[in-house]
Amino acid sequence: MEWVNIIIQGVLIGGLYAMFAAGLALIFGVMRLVNIAHGDLIVLAAYIALMTTDTLGLNPLLAIVVVVPIMAAIGYGLQRGLLNRTLGDDVLPPLLVTFGLSVIIQNALLELFTADSRRLKAGAIEVASFQIGEGVWIGVLPLLQFVVAIAVIGGLQLLFYRTPLGRAFRATSDDQSVAQLMGLDNRHIFALAMALSLAVVAVAGVFLAVRTNFDPAIGPARLIFGFEAVIIGGLGSMWGTLAGGIILGVSQAIGAQINPGWQLLAGHLAFLLILAVRPEGLFPKVQG
Amino acid sequence: MPEPLLDVRALDAFYGDFQALFGVSLRVAPGEVVAVIGANGAGKSTLLNCIAGAIRSRRDAILFDGEPTGDQPAHAVVGRGIALVPEGRRLFASLSVEENLLIGGQVGRPGPWNLARIYDLFPMLAERRHVPSTSLSGGQQQMVAIGRALMSNPKLLLCDEISLGLAPIVVREVYGRLPSIVTEGSSLIIVEQDIVQALKAANHVYCLQEGRVALTGSAGTLTREAISAAYFGA
Repeated sequence: MEWVNIIIQGVLIGGLYAMFAAGLALIFGVMRLVNIAHGDLIVLAAYIALMTTDTLGLNPLLAIVVVVPIMAAIGYGLQRGLLNRTLGDDVLPPLLVTFGLSVIIQNALLELFTADSRRLKAGAIEVASFQIGEGVWIGVLPLLQFVVAIAVIGGLQLLFYRTPLGRAFRATSDDQSVAQLMGLDNRHIFALAMALSLAVVAVAGVFLAVRTNFDPAIGPARLIFGFEAVIIGGLGSMWGTLAGGIILGVSQAIGAQINPGWQLLAGHLAFLLILAVRPEGLFPKVQG
Repeated sequence: MPEPLLDVRALDAFYGDFQALFGVSLRVAPGEVVAVIGANGAGKSTLLNCIAGAIRSRRDAILFDGEPTGDQPAHAVVGRGIALVPEGRRLFASLSVEENLLIGGQVGRPGPWNLARIYDLFPMLAERRHVPSTSLSGGQQQMVAIGRALMSNPKLLLCDEISLGLAPIVVREVYGRLPSIVTEGSSLIIVEQDIVQALKAANHVYCLQEGRVALTGSAGTLTREAISAAYFGA
């Protein structure tokens, strides 16, 4: 029964990793931009949630309603004002600029909030759980986080394949110059994609801040988890990202059970294994 | 001559330091079909790309409907009523046939063309509307590319080598639909390597040679000798 609990926990945390990954996959898919600052933006979202709860006295989970539009606006402005200028035939400038952004965000947060680790307090829901079988318990918060992750990923999938905006994203991803001939302004489309990516980041950041302590330096590790989930899942479908997150979460949970020091190692090993045997990921993009 | 729909005046175009067009002037009257012919590298596609805004030029080098559009980006130009069928079709590979058409219509210009009318024009696309655009034959893909451009209800449709790589029977079929496009109120510029096809379809012909207009005249009056001289240089 102990192992069942561990695997369930791994699956549920996988939802959080999938949310880290979904935003990365989305902007890579639309504009081939690898956002090195992605993890730090998750942490930024966590601090914005912290400020929101401190000043408005909101429950952190309700603070999502405030943090999502703020992060989306930051995303739109960031893309329009900075990142669009780095995009071109060369892949290096966006990498360097987002790397610089990562450093800037970390240091700005350090100046503003110090290196003390913080936590969002969500109240009784944090420890609530229910029994689903003999000795098998599920935490309410992890379950909520998982359900939200599925909703976010399902929502992105629908948006991509069933709406005019998703059609515009896919067309721009296929061929930027022809998309412009269709009247799509790619600077605006890219900015909308980044806004959407950071809206997902906002949700992920709030859940991260509720379940663990955070400080300004934890961003890069979240970026790695996101990358690993994207690569395990492949770029073919948003659901692949969820599968990638779950595999990463379960591997970490199993590793931690064997030896508490092996949690991260086990996740990285699972990632390397899949990279070695299936480099295109579990759900690769089908080339037409 | 009536007020031209499109008036290109002494257009120069550059790729970096390389100059591709030298003082090209061209006029298209409403309802007219203009053919632009010339050898490879003569600047035909460059000319269309300038008109469509994919290559920016001097503001007053291109007048459309009396308004200067030379410095406008492509996404703005299509909203004014110029649509380009790009060379090599360039359909969106991850979109279905119908999605390709819908994205062409997303500028929302009012006019005669909509999904149903495109399917009337090219009935074989209707049966294949939900398949990936890449699974179509070359001729069908060309029809999607034309339909996609028409969905923006252009006053001026630019067709870049729509016969390229297609079997002669398919070329005839595609060209057979052009008159109904003109009837619906669009003017056309067709860029062609296939001179016979171009002369048959057009009212007026421009021949480009190394970035300059080497010959122009109405389609009926140009002699083969004059065209071949303009094509290859005398």
